[in-house]
Amino acid sequence: MALPDLAKKPQRFTGGHRACAGCGFPITIKIILQAAENPVVVGCATGCMEVTSTIYPYTAWRCSFIHTAFENAAATVSGIEAAYRSLRRQGKIQQDIDFIAFGGDGGTYDIGLQSLSGAMERGHKLVYVCYNNQGYMNTGIQRSSATPRGANTTTTPAGTQLPGKPQHPKDLTAIMAAHDIPYAAQASMSHWNDLYRKAKKAFAVDGPAFLNVLSTCRLGWATAPEDTVDAAEGAVQCNVWPLYEVEQGKWKLTFKPKKPLPVADWMKQQGRFKHLFRADNSQLLESIQQQVDENWQRLLERCGE
Amino acid sequence: MAIAIATQKTAALTGNEAAAQALRQINPDVVAAYPITPQTEIVQLFSTFVSDGLVKTEFVAVESEHSAMSATVGAAAAGARAMTATSSQGLALMWEMLYVAAGMRIPIVMPMVNRALSSPINIHCDHSDSMGARDSGWLQIYSENAQEMYDNLIQAVRIAEHPDVLLPVMVTMDGFIISHGMENVELLPDQAVQDFVGEYNFPYPLLDVEHPRTLGPLTLQDFYFEHKREQAEAVYRAKEVILAAAEEYAAISGRRYGFFEAYRMDDAEYAVVVLGSTAGTAKYVVDGLRQAGEKCGLVKVRVFRPFPGPELCEALSGLKAVGIMDRADTFSTQGGPLFLEVKAALYHAAGQPQCMNFVYGLGGRDIDPELIRQAFVEVKDLMKKPADGVLPIVRYLGVRE
Ligand SMILES: Cc1ncc(C[n+]2csc(CCOP(=O)(O)OP(=O)(O)O)c2C)c(N)n1
Ligand code: SF4
Ligand SMILES: [Mg+2]
Repeated sequence: MALPDLAKKPQRFTGGHRACAGCGFPITIKIILQAAENPVVVGCATGCMEVTSTIYPYTAWRCSFIHTAFENAAATVSGIEAAYRSLRRQGKIQQDIDFIAFGGDGGTYDIGLQSLSGAMERGHKLVYVCYNNQGYMNTGIQRSSATPRGANTTTTPAGTQLPGKPQHPKDLTAIMAAHDIPYAAQASMSHWNDLYRKAKKAFAVDGPAFLNVLSTCRLGWATAPEDTVDAAEGAVQCNVWPLYEVEQGKWKLTFKPKKPLPVADWMKQQGRFKHLFRADNSQLLESIQQQVDENWQRLLERCGE
Repeated sequence: MAIAIATQKTAALTGNEAAAQALRQINPDVVAAYPITPQTEIVQLFSTFVSDGLVKTEFVAVESEHSAMSATVGAAAAGARAMTATSSQGLALMWEMLYVAAGMRIPIVMPMVNRALSSPINIHCDHSDSMGARDSGWLQIYSENAQEMYDNLIQAVRIAEHPDVLLPVMVTMDGFIISHGMENVELLPDQAVQDFVGEYNFPYPLLDVEHPRTLGPLTLQDFYFEHKREQAEAVYRAKEVILAAAEEYAAISGRRYGFFEAYRMDDAEYAVVVLGSTAGTAKYVVDGLRQAGEKCGLVKVRVFRPFPGPELCEALSGLKAVGIMDRADTFSTQGGPLFLEVKAALYHAAGQPQCMNFVYGLGGRDIDPELIRQAFVEVKDLMKKPADGVLPIVRYLGVRE
């Protein structure tokens, strides 16, 4: 797919929504919806995506859309998909329809993990997309279990004693792959072609699929609006956010940085890591780099590289 | 057109079995449910109907009640008739989604088997679970026995899905006492139930992809209140729909229901108001007292939401004293939930009967005829007392103090 062709495909997510200028997730949504060939039904968790795109009486969604609560996008869409299967079996509906659940990292890694795990384990034919902006942004930038170590958030504020979030993020994509679903992948809004291809695969499999898509929050990351794509790109280039897929149990890297950047280079672009560049935090910076390197090695092994 | 009463089959069934039979005959498109005592049997029995191809239902064995209600909301919004069932902690876990279902005007019917809430954990009957959800926007119908559970479930489908209503309905029965007690139940033919419930027709189905709609948007200061006002209005409209459904149901079953049942109330001077299975025992007590010349009666409330305030007020007007029995407390020092509702309704009653509250049977504590008789004696005593009008009189019945 060439970019001009992608641009010609009809948009099912329109402009005029109220996400911040320079917000990352609208790019993620658009690419994923453009990859769906069938009509779609979207379910969305509470969070920035939902509250900025459906302010009554307006909506940015040109497709069927439902929001019910924060932790249950997967369960809600699993019910919709079950309804579809039932009505199709009864001959009451003939059309092919794709089902998508969107959740932020809070709605996916944390409060919605049980609902997601249940839906994946039951084998519903739906694509779950975590638009991962590495924090609870809608409620004012709190930490999630996807927030990088060292990040300044409003519940892990960088202070004199604590240098931001203490824990490394958990590896949710691997957790989803461990569900033995037909397709799980990690992608970034910065690599649109890779994301588009992965979304295509996700829609094509006969069963549940999971996409974990890094989507910059320029407010929470404290980056300039025009740097949104670069900030996500940097995470990929320094191996903080490797791009890979797990297809029928087979792990595969889909992008390998020619020469990985130091994590500090990526962090330097973002206000949320500013405090890490104080002399007293230099050890922490090293330790983060070490952890990223270890994770990268483990991933290479899993991918047979 | 005269509708003939269908030839019914009598079967010896537990309350759970009767509920499962109603679900089989309603034959929903989707059921998403999770087991919990004493409701578990409904889910299990229904699963066997699915396994044996007796229903067309897609059964979703979810990983929690929160997901059960979420998936049921999703399925019903998609355009499928969808049901679930629960008890106690399961209902408590659904709490967030109960409000979502009602606010989104999703017409779900849910059998709810009453069981006490933790802590301490207890699997037996009281009404604290459904009473905790009494202001969630769900309609609530309470059943005295297995027959009523069956009849109420079938009527609830018509009520929930009526275009003037579009609200979820919870149909309750008392855990173990009814859910596990065996009685004779008259079952309608499958076709009669199918004809009665008709086709599911949600007005904004998500699967109608030609007409995309956004359900569950963010609604702020400019519209939220209007949405809630409309929701409140639907509950008012439900009253008429409930009575119309009862009329139609009487025509096919011969069994007639109202908002409540007034038992030997015609010339009564004092009475007791109850919910659920206790009504059976209380009727027996009333019969005995009547034989002894006592002018007493009983009111069994069937529909708790919408609360039939004016109708109850009329039924209780002219009494000298009323005792209201609650199988739940509000922990507010003001008595149980039924008491609060009935007392509020009585504010407009002619002569304002004296009233008192009996909280009883928590955690499945047995309520026997002797205890109910004791309640009647206390209510009768109340007739002689001058109105104090200060504190509510709340008695805890059948408990070690
Ligand atoms: C049960 C529940 N708990 C808490 C909230 C408050 N809340 C709304 S959105 C949100 C954070 C969302 O974070 P995420 O899922 O990462 O989405 P984002 O806003 O970052 O896009 C929280 C905590 C809620 N709506 N519901
Ligand atoms: S706070 Fe962040 S995620 Fe939310 S709309 Fe703004 S940029 Fe997007
Ligand atoms: Mg987030």
